[in-house]
Amino acid sequence: MTIYQIPKPLTSIDGITEALASVGYISTQAISTTIYLAVNLRKPVLVEGPAGVGKTDLAQSLARALGFPLSRLQCYEGLDETKALYEWKYGKQLLYTQILKEKIHELTEGAGTLEASLKKLGDFQDIFFSREFLEPRPILRAMEQKTGSVLLVDEIDKSDEEFEALLLEILSEYQVTIPEIGTIAAQVPPIVILTSNNVRELGDALKRRCLHLHIGFPEQAREQRIVRARVPDIGQHLLEQIVAFVDKVRAEKLRKPPSISETVDWARTLVLLHAEELDPRIVQDTLGVLLKRQSDIAEIVDKVDELLVEAVAPGV
Amino acid sequence: MERVLAAFVRALRAAGSPVSTAETIDAVKAVAFVGYGDRQVLKDTLGAVLAKSETEKHTHDALFELYFNREAPPPEALEDAGQGDSEAEFDDLDVESLMNLAANGGRNAAAAIEQAAAAAGAENIRFATQVPHYVRRTLQLLGIDHLDQRILEGLQKGKADEKATQAMMAARETLQRRAREQVQRYFEIYGKSATENFMNDVVANRKIEKLSEHDQARMHTLVAKLAKRLADKHARRRKLKNRGVLDIRKTIRRATAHDGVPFDLAFKFKKKDRPKIVVLCDVSGSVARYVGFLLMLLYALHEKVADLRAFAFAAHLFDVDETLRNNEFETAMTQIIRMCGGTTDYGKALSDLMETENSDIIDRRTTVLVLGDARSNYGNPRLDLVREIADRSKRIVWLNPEIPSLWGFGDSVINQYRPFCTTLTHCATVADIERAIDDILKAYD
Repeated sequence: MTIYQIPKPLTSIDGITEALASVGYISTQAISTTIYLAVNLRKPVLVEGPAGVGKTDLAQSLARALGFPLSRLQCYEGLDETKALYEWKYGKQLLYTQILKEKIHELTEGAGTLEASLKKLGDFQDIFFSREFLEPRPILRAMEQKTGSVLLVDEIDKSDEEFEALLLEILSEYQVTIPEIGTIAAQVPPIVILTSNNVRELGDALKRRCLHLHIGFPEQAREQRIVRARVPDIGQHLLEQIVAFVDKVRAEKLRKPPSISETVDWARTLVLLHAEELDPRIVQDTLGVLLKRQSDIAEIVDKVDELLVEAVAPGV
Repeated sequence: MERVLAAFVRALRAAGSPVSTAETIDAVKAVAFVGYGDRQVLKDTLGAVLAKSETEKHTHDALFELYFNREAPPPEALEDAGQGDSEAEFDDLDVESLMNLAANGGRNAAAAIEQAAAAAGAENIRFATQVPHYVRRTLQLLGIDHLDQRILEGLQKGKADEKATQAMMAARETLQRRAREQVQRYFEIYGKSATENFMNDVVANRKIEKLSEHDQARMHTLVAKLAKRLADKHARRRKLKNRGVLDIRKTIRRATAHDGVPFDLAFKFKKKDRPKIVVLCDVSGSVARYVGFLLMLLYALHEKVADLRAFAFAAHLFDVDETLRNNEFETAMTQIIRMCGGTTDYGKALSDLMETENSDIIDRRTTVLVLGDARSNYGNPRLDLVREIADRSKRIVWLNPEIPSLWGFGDSVINQYRPFCTTLTHCATVADIERAIDDILKAYD
């Protein structure tokens, strides 16, 4: 067993924060600490939070920052082994059998009885169940990477309980058992990130095995940095106003509060419209970019004036 | 260090956060790895390992602040320093040392009071009423009895030693105050949430008509908790895989990719629908309180229920969806009761439901939930309409707040309605209502 060297950026919490910042993901202390623990303790991370706060993005940025390949598994109800772990290439097996009919005939030529032919064929029985005919799916692919990888299991709360049981076994040992071939153990354990929107409660066993990270809506300073990273040519004044306004909107009772991705889109829209600062008219016109439900828009459109005043008033 | 963490985990469990042994072990490993030099890093680490949901994280953060308090060392840390933890072994201090402690304060005083409190077993505190008891024991272990005796002697001597006596009394007060603070802190960590949970349980099981104003406020939090619990329990529509029945068409279609060989078998499965509930509430007099809770709970569940229609009736039937949606709960309830005023007539209400365009809302997926005492003031019970509802809907669930021994007496026609109801139960407490709704949701799973 080779000693696994943890790559440089992951050896300290600040190193992780810097590495993520270098690819445009603004991390928090909590996020970096959890990733640090996950890598060093070899535990998967369960990331929960509202939609659009950067859960999937975390895995993608991490893969980019470390230069690891990203294996992504999108979960849905009815997801099973064949889509997640591996599948045999049935078509290829059948095809090869047909093509190699001649060769097989040659091989069994010398044998006189049925038994002898079977024995001769028996020596080649594993040919059609070798690595060549195995189609690896995301989890197996992640296990097989020689130099480390990131495995993203997206929206695990949309899968069912059978899949969770499957995952449990794999995540504890970091190895996959294929009956025909044997056990494939991961030489370098992948960094496993599971995301969940909390549509349903996950099973206890899975939750207890993972480290838990909750990413909520960011506070204003961090959100400003995030928007600045995505929309570099935005003015500082406009940026502050946007972030303050969105913060106020989130405090209202909405069915779907705006998340970071919506703030970024809105910032881009306003930059495109050459807005220098927020005024009620332009906010009302572009509210559809920020809020995605008609009931929410109807609720906010009347309050735009007062929310704007509150947001823009400095430090009140 | 393990003992500090073990005690912290105990406190988390007392607060309702189910931390398993495996997680405790992970916590020890993780802390051994990151060290405890940086407070924020420690907090994040313990949060990642011990708190596995958003509510648990809130509990954890609050407890962390209390437990790893900046001024006083954590309650268990001092035990490692070699002090025994049985009462008998704690050495009480003599009067001079006590006076010094009281006068100088600082870390020594805090440490001494800590040790005394731990030795007095203050971590077993559960209720606020136990605080004085533990304060007394802590002070006794510190050796307050000697001080008291000297104060008494000083008072008897009178004017001669007045200044010294005053100083001793001031010292005693300081010590008492600090001991009280310490025990209070223990209560905050170990006892408070246990008390909250206990009170919630009591209120859930108390008869609704006996609830006081104070309990009413607790009701809202309780209902929110119940709704969350029910929602989590019935969170997903399960696709029932009916493994016995092969879906031939699908199997053959899938087999075409493999030259007709059916590698992949397809089975039939049934999709379970989301519940549709129609609620009929009798809002007369005594039943009104129950209606409040039922509606509160159902509206908290509205996301899990595909279609919820609520009707209130007394003399007439009224649709209360609008009212409930547009107003605060209390105002809505008063409005509803006012709208439906009059003497109860079940027959009229049923005919308002079935003999108007409202009857369309009842189909074979609907559960009809009736909350009422079936006291119809000797009016026509309209059994024919009830039969129609029973035929058309999935099931009828009747919740009767009246005690079962009164059913059928006087103007109660519940026994006539009984044959048509799938379930007829007596509900007196919030726990009963929760159970009834749980059963309804379970029928759809």
